Amino acid sequence: MRCCRPALLTPPLLLLTACSGWQSSLDPQGPQADLLAGLFWVFTAVLSAVWLLTMTALVVALLRRHPARTEPLELNTRPERGMARTVGAAAALTLVVVVALTVVSYGAQRALFSGGEAPLTLKVKGHQWWWEVTYEDPGPSRQFTTANEIHVPVGQPVHVKLESADVIHSFWVPNLAGKMDAIPGRENRLVIQASKEGVFRGQCTEFCGWQHAHMAITVVAHSLEDFERWRESQISAAEPPDDPVRKRGMQIFLSRPCVMCHQIRGTPAAGKVAPDLTHIGSRLHIAAGTLPNGRGNLAAWIVDPQGIKPGAHMPLIKLNAEEVEPLARYLEGLK
Amino acid sequence: MSETALRPHENKETLDTDVTDGELPARLAATWGTAGGLIGALSTVDHKLIGRRYIVTGFFFLVLGGLAAVAMRLQLARPENSLIGPDLYNQIFTMHGTTMMFLFGVPIGEAIAVYLVPLMVGTRNIAFPRLNAFSYYVYLFGGLMIWIAFALNVGADNGWFSYVPLAGPEFSPGKRADFWAQMVTFTEVAALAVAVEIVVTVLKLRAPGMTLDRIPLFVWAMFVNAFLIIFAMPAVMLASSLLILDRLLDTHFFNQAEGGDPLLWQHLFWFFGHPEVYIIFLPGTAFVSAIIATFARRPVFGYPAIVLSLIATGFLSFGLWVHHMFTTGLPQLGATFFTASSMMIAIPTGIQIFCWIATLWDGRPVYRTPLLFVLGFFFIFVAGGLSGIMLASVPIDTQVHDTYFVVAHFHYVLIGGAVFPLLGAIYYWFPKFTGRMMSERLGRWHFWLAIIGFNVAFFPMHLAGLRGMPRRVYTYPAEMGWDGLNLVSTLGATLFVASFLLFLFNVAASLRDGEIAGDNPWDASSLEWATASPPPPHNFDRIPFVTSREPLWAERQALPVVSGLAVDKREVVITTATRALPDLKESSPDPTIWPFVSAIAVGAVFIGSIFTPWAVAWGAPLAAFVIIAWFWPKSIEEDK
Amino acid sequence: MKRLPPIAAALVFLSACEREDREFRPSPVAGEGDAAIALSSIAPGPGGTEMRADTGKAYEENAYHLSEGKRLFTWFNCKGCHANGGGGSGPALMDDRWIYGGEFQNIVQSIGEGRPNGMPSFRGKIPDELIMQIAGYVRSMGRHVPMDAAPGRNDDLMPRPSEHRLPSSPAVTGGTVPPSGQAPQ
Repeated sequence: MRCCRPALLTPPLLLLTACSGWQSSLDPQGPQADLLAGLFWVFTAVLSAVWLLTMTALVVALLRRHPARTEPLELNTRPERGMARTVGAAAALTLVVVVALTVVSYGAQRALFSGGEAPLTLKVKGHQWWWEVTYEDPGPSRQFTTANEIHVPVGQPVHVKLESADVIHSFWVPNLAGKMDAIPGRENRLVIQASKEGVFRGQCTEFCGWQHAHMAITVVAHSLEDFERWRESQISAAEPPDDPVRKRGMQIFLSRPCVMCHQIRGTPAAGKVAPDLTHIGSRLHIAAGTLPNGRGNLAAWIVDPQGIKPGAHMPLIKLNAEEVEPLARYLEGLK
Repeated sequence: MSETALRPHENKETLDTDVTDGELPARLAATWGTAGGLIGALSTVDHKLIGRRYIVTGFFFLVLGGLAAVAMRLQLARPENSLIGPDLYNQIFTMHGTTMMFLFGVPIGEAIAVYLVPLMVGTRNIAFPRLNAFSYYVYLFGGLMIWIAFALNVGADNGWFSYVPLAGPEFSPGKRADFWAQMVTFTEVAALAVAVEIVVTVLKLRAPGMTLDRIPLFVWAMFVNAFLIIFAMPAVMLASSLLILDRLLDTHFFNQAEGGDPLLWQHLFWFFGHPEVYIIFLPGTAFVSAIIATFARRPVFGYPAIVLSLIATGFLSFGLWVHHMFTTGLPQLGATFFTASSMMIAIPTGIQIFCWIATLWDGRPVYRTPLLFVLGFFFIFVAGGLSGIMLASVPIDTQVHDTYFVVAHFHYVLIGGAVFPLLGAIYYWFPKFTGRMMSERLGRWHFWLAIIGFNVAFFPMHLAGLRGMPRRVYTYPAEMGWDGLNLVSTLGATLFVASFLLFLFNVAASLRDGEIAGDNPWDASSLEWATASPPPPHNFDRIPFVTSREPLWAERQALPVVSGLAVDKREVVITTATRALPDLKESSPDPTIWPFVSAIAVGAVFIGSIFTPWAVAWGAPLAAFVIIAWFWPKSIEEDK
Repeated sequence: MKRLPPIAAALVFLSACEREDREFRPSPVAGEGDAAIALSSIAPGPGGTEMRADTGKAYEENAYHLSEGKRLFTWFNCKGCHANGGGGSGPALMDDRWIYGGEFQNIVQSIGEGRPNGMPSFRGKIPDELIMQIAGYVRSMGRHVPMDAAPGRNDDLMPRPSEHRLPSSPAVTGGTVPPSGQAPQ
């Protein structure tokens, strides 16, 4: 019974738990997010103090002993002058706070967007409703494309070039950095960096249509060696299946509509308009973070994409019942 | 100086000096009255009748928009909920935002201005009363059009901001986005018309003696607001017209492949969209100033400071739009300028808040329902304003932009800054509108339910946003850990809705058997309380002569008046813009059906142009014909 | 007579509902084989068109299906031969000549079964619902669909007016395969 969580009756508990977690901007795991969280807490502290001061002033104003006055216009000039001074002082204080916060904010902005060298550049292209990721490399044979999952080495800044294939999307992995829009016809840039190993979730934050809610991206941070190993495996083409069930799965994939849109490097499947499936078995999620990866979920996604992600461009393919399992097995094995 | 006569004339018309005091009200009421029957009702040009319709219609759309919000809260109460699918959810959140901003937020402030500004400045009707009637019908038709479209599954589904390319021809097939674009045109025509009326009413129709520094703060706020509307609304009308051209006629304003630019939409939209927030908020300040003076039992402290703050807010509000676009990859130095200007607007707003608190400090607060709502305004709005300062910072904005943190922020600002004062205003002016008081007991219940429900509904959204929940998602996975916060929000929303049901019940019950109010139940100081409740068709038997900023407190015995206006025909006093010296007597238009007919003709053009560009070609002569009929010169003797 | 306008209005409204539906999930999952449209002979001319009566209407008069068809027309590279409808190695689709018949079901057949001289068969490569979306879209290029359901322009370079602004013309059976598309005899 999810609806009866005790937490819902204890707001203080909510406050405490609110600051950590998956996809949380207040649980920074990289220098960019650290800076942003620090800035957030500075602002929160200052502005909460301002709010408390204002409310205190209001309560004091309401609770004090009020002047005896029968006619509203019988005003006394002495308190009026005092009030003018107080209001003036409060306005001046507001100015000071506002200028101070602007300067602090500008400092953080300079630090955040100063650029600098990064050994790794990737191009992330937003599609309705998935992310195409290309790892750039000077050698064309070492360049590769994957989808919905980014791997980065820990401790290294990574340049992300953002583009869009259709409408405006926004790339946001809050544990690592702030967001940046992917706008058709433009290229925006963002630097992300993870300071420790882990899996971080990100999500599209610009409304982009029916499945805006199911357009997530997973960032996996490894040690440099693990990252290089991962990269080598991604560069290689898919290995041909060896057991008969998976062979049959591959046949089904190649003889069915799948090949019209999807690519599996190393096979004749070369569709370009849907996620590259060359190493789909190695990914943590399928359908842009909608389902955890696994044979069961792959089968479910093939059998009923429009029930899981209504409006998505993955069509319903009418497979015979006995075709589903070999196909799911084949895909699962594409490590 | 008890009576100032306008220049006497050598003619045969009956002036109010020729009639006895007993006879005067009936004869003026006959001159200014509205004929019975349907035609009479549709022909009326009485600002009070139109204003009342505007207010009721505004609340009707509030209810519709509120129901859309309830549907969203139910869908989001649980993760992976399948109550509402993405297609319907997108329509619902679009209708919610569109309705609240275009059909409730802006019109309701103008509606109350239409009713009260002519009374507060002491005149008999609003300037351009026929235009006023026209604007109401255009607004009504636009609002009905988009809701009927929604009922027919042609509801706009790209958000109230309709970003291209999503709202463009490629990604929004069908007519949904076109209905949205034309709804904008409808409501903006209406809003612009009212803004012009308010500006002219304030500048030229003030009672003699109401110099610039005697204009009530309420009227100042509405006056500045009208200017904001005049400068901001054309931007969005332009944007929505370009959108419909792109969709209908294959133009390329937003097509980057042919030299257009999707970001152009965002600039045009937010150049309107940010002042829009202040267009919704400034009427709130108008209500707060009026209510605080009355219930603190003293004039608002710092009149010049507040007036200057209002004007400063008006100017600054046009320099902030880019803070909605900090994540679009604009040059950093440019973005910083908008950080600074966004933060600067805290200063005039802060000055107003400090002045109001000072007023309460030096006053003798009377805790009636209107004041309670104003106190609720302080509690909520200040919090919303301060979270706005966070959004003004480019770096912080990159984390919280387009998350539920922003949703929480602007509901704190808009509900706190506009709806709470509005509810206070309804309790405050209900006796003037209807002649009856609202129930104080129910009012208190309403207030406490509303403030608790509001905070329970919207505070958790800050946390959900910081924990990574984006806006405009129709559902979210269970493992994200947002379910508890969302369930609390939904429960709070239920309370908030209950408070509105109580409010509607209170309105209905008080209409039937509320206590009879009398002219000035709160012992307030501004001119609307100098006449009967509800006011007679001609507003004032004799136009007051203003000697003070708080006329009804300054003149406890009898208000000085001017005389010399015609009794048997509609006549108003025109005064000079700054010193309010009586200048002319001018006739005020009689009722006519043409504004209604024109609104139908213009509406037909707008709706037709959703389907074919030829509607503009065929509709223009039709609209021209109707408008010519409206303005066909009748043999009126020249104004004096 | 008095009742006519309300009835007309109601009809307009009802058609609006269907025109704007977004039917993401096609009818219940069924096995391959029971296709809505039967096989036909490969001879020119509109032959052998058995299909459920109103299937075409649902696809031709619905803005969502038409725009999906437009997207798929590019995605499945129909443009490779037919260009943007003006024709290349394949025949033009926006004129009024239809070698194998210009009705909805003829076009579905042409896509599904393929035609001599180069048109491949896509049955099994493209799900039936998608073939029908594409067929509806192909019909929109000759404006054989309601104007307010036809797609507007894309956010691309514009080679010709968009479908809802193309001139309407009745379909005529006939026409020839362009020489470039003819296989050596």
